[in-house]
Amino acid sequence: MSAGVDTGIALRGLKKTYRTSDGPIEAVRGIDLDIAAGQTLALLGPNGAGKSTTIDMLLGLSRPDGGTVTVFGGTPEQAVAAGSVGAMLQAGALMRDLTVRELLLQLASLYPQAEDVDKTMELVEITEIANQRTQKLSGGQAQRVRFAMALLTNADLLVLDEPTVGMDVESRHAFWTTMRRLASGGRTVLFATHYLEEADEFADRVVLMAHGEVVADGTPNEIKAKVGSKTIRATLPDVPAADLERLPGVTAVERRGTGVVLACSDSDAAIRALVAAFPEAHNIEIGGGSLEEAFLELTA
Amino acid sequence: MTYLRYELLRTIRNRRFFIISLAIPVVIYILVAAPNHHAQNLAGTGIPLKVYFMVSLAGFGSMNAVLSAGTRIAAERTTGWNRQLRLTPLSTRAYFATKVVTGYAVAGATIALLYLVGAGFGVRLGATHWAEMTGYMLVGLIPFTALGILLGHLVTADAVGPTVGGVGAFLAFLGGFWFPVGQSGVLHYVAQALPSYWLVQASHVGLGGSGWGREGWLVIAIWTVAAARLAMRAYARDTGRS
Repeated sequence: MSAGVDTGIALRGLKKTYRTSDGPIEAVRGIDLDIAAGQTLALLGPNGAGKSTTIDMLLGLSRPDGGTVTVFGGTPEQAVAAGSVGAMLQAGALMRDLTVRELLLQLASLYPQAEDVDKTMELVEITEIANQRTQKLSGGQAQRVRFAMALLTNADLLVLDEPTVGMDVESRHAFWTTMRRLASGGRTVLFATHYLEEADEFADRVVLMAHGEVVADGTPNEIKAKVGSKTIRATLPDVPAADLERLPGVTAVERRGTGVVLACSDSDAAIRALVAAFPEAHNIEIGGGSLEEAFLELTA
Repeated sequence: MTYLRYELLRTIRNRRFFIISLAIPVVIYILVAAPNHHAQNLAGTGIPLKVYFMVSLAGFGSMNAVLSAGTRIAAERTTGWNRQLRLTPLSTRAYFATKVVTGYAVAGATIALLYLVGAGFGVRLGATHWAEMTGYMLVGLIPFTALGILLGHLVTADAVGPTVGGVGAFLAFLGGFWFPVGQSGVLHYVAQALPSYWLVQASHVGLGGSGWGREGWLVIAIWTVAAARLAMRAYARDTGRS
């Protein structure tokens, strides 16, 4: 796939190492990715997988130690200067001493095809806080203002780093409903998340990252199929997870209280071995693989 | 420019900053000048006290006003707002221009307010004196503006208050804002190498001073270039941009 080169985004051999007092940390260890225009892509992975570092390099906020980033045929800086990028960063305070509306108007003035500020505020449901000073907002309100900041750019590429962290279930749902409507307009959307259900429901493509590398890449269904796994759940206290991992056909084990969840590459072999080795296991269920199990297995 | 307009608006709304930059010099001036506004001969110089303190505080207040651009920059960096700004089409040049214009706007307001209060106390100067003194001061503020931006990109928000305050006080002290530096000796030489000394000379144009000779222009130019270069370097290091 090389559609990313001119019209979308291309990451080539991207690397980033941070020097810390405990020695260098390789946050990103060589990522190659082509994102076609119009795609909605989820960058999925546990904390420390290198998602935010990758996003920072994609946006030109930090420089790769190796490799290149191409956004719409140019550098990230060029894309940003052209107003083609709208981004919602993780955390980060809003500039104080302005009202929400003033802040949005100030930012909108920088974009060549900015969306109407009042319309954007309506869309993300912040019209009622339009005249509040930004330093007086709650965490959830600030998050929505940040969302509005990304949307009012009317940019071809939206990059959202963990956009729903700290939102309650209802706001999260409203957020993705809005997002879906916008993405259908042909925008390229890239979002980082560690919520599996968000990746499953809203992305047409999931890139799974772990330890600074891409460990899986495909549609949510492809990723589930790739693992091809079924899971065995059973109540089985007092058995170390390591003992279960040694059973044939088992790829990963997660303990949940007295229960265990075994991700299996061969559930038939695994269930026979389990019952033979641990006859005390009960409440046994065998289920189809979910993205969650795929996630656990691939990022381990 | 809409962007600049809101930048100014939020600067004015920040009460702490506004008080430090505008109110303090004016209040000091009123406290010193009000009881002594008939003193016509300050320490044997033949200069009325109300004039001397008006021009000194105009220099001091406007210096602090442009330096404090650094305080705002450091706060923006520490809260992460700077990262957000770098994702907008706002160019590096426009970013700096906004900081400079905002600093100058507050400095201009400080100077104007002191002139007004001074005039209220009966300070009368010739039109050329007012204009020349103001002109010299506005030029003399350039290196301080660059210095403020430099500190803003060098120091964290926690440390920037004391740093800007300390640098300002140090330069003010050695430059002769509080009392005239002697006409000879080591201190005199040190003082002459500082931009604050020449900002004081700029304000003293209003007292009949002759402004800057070649040396003054040179010191101001060198400080401007040095501080601006270091500021650009600090910005580049800070943002990974060049």
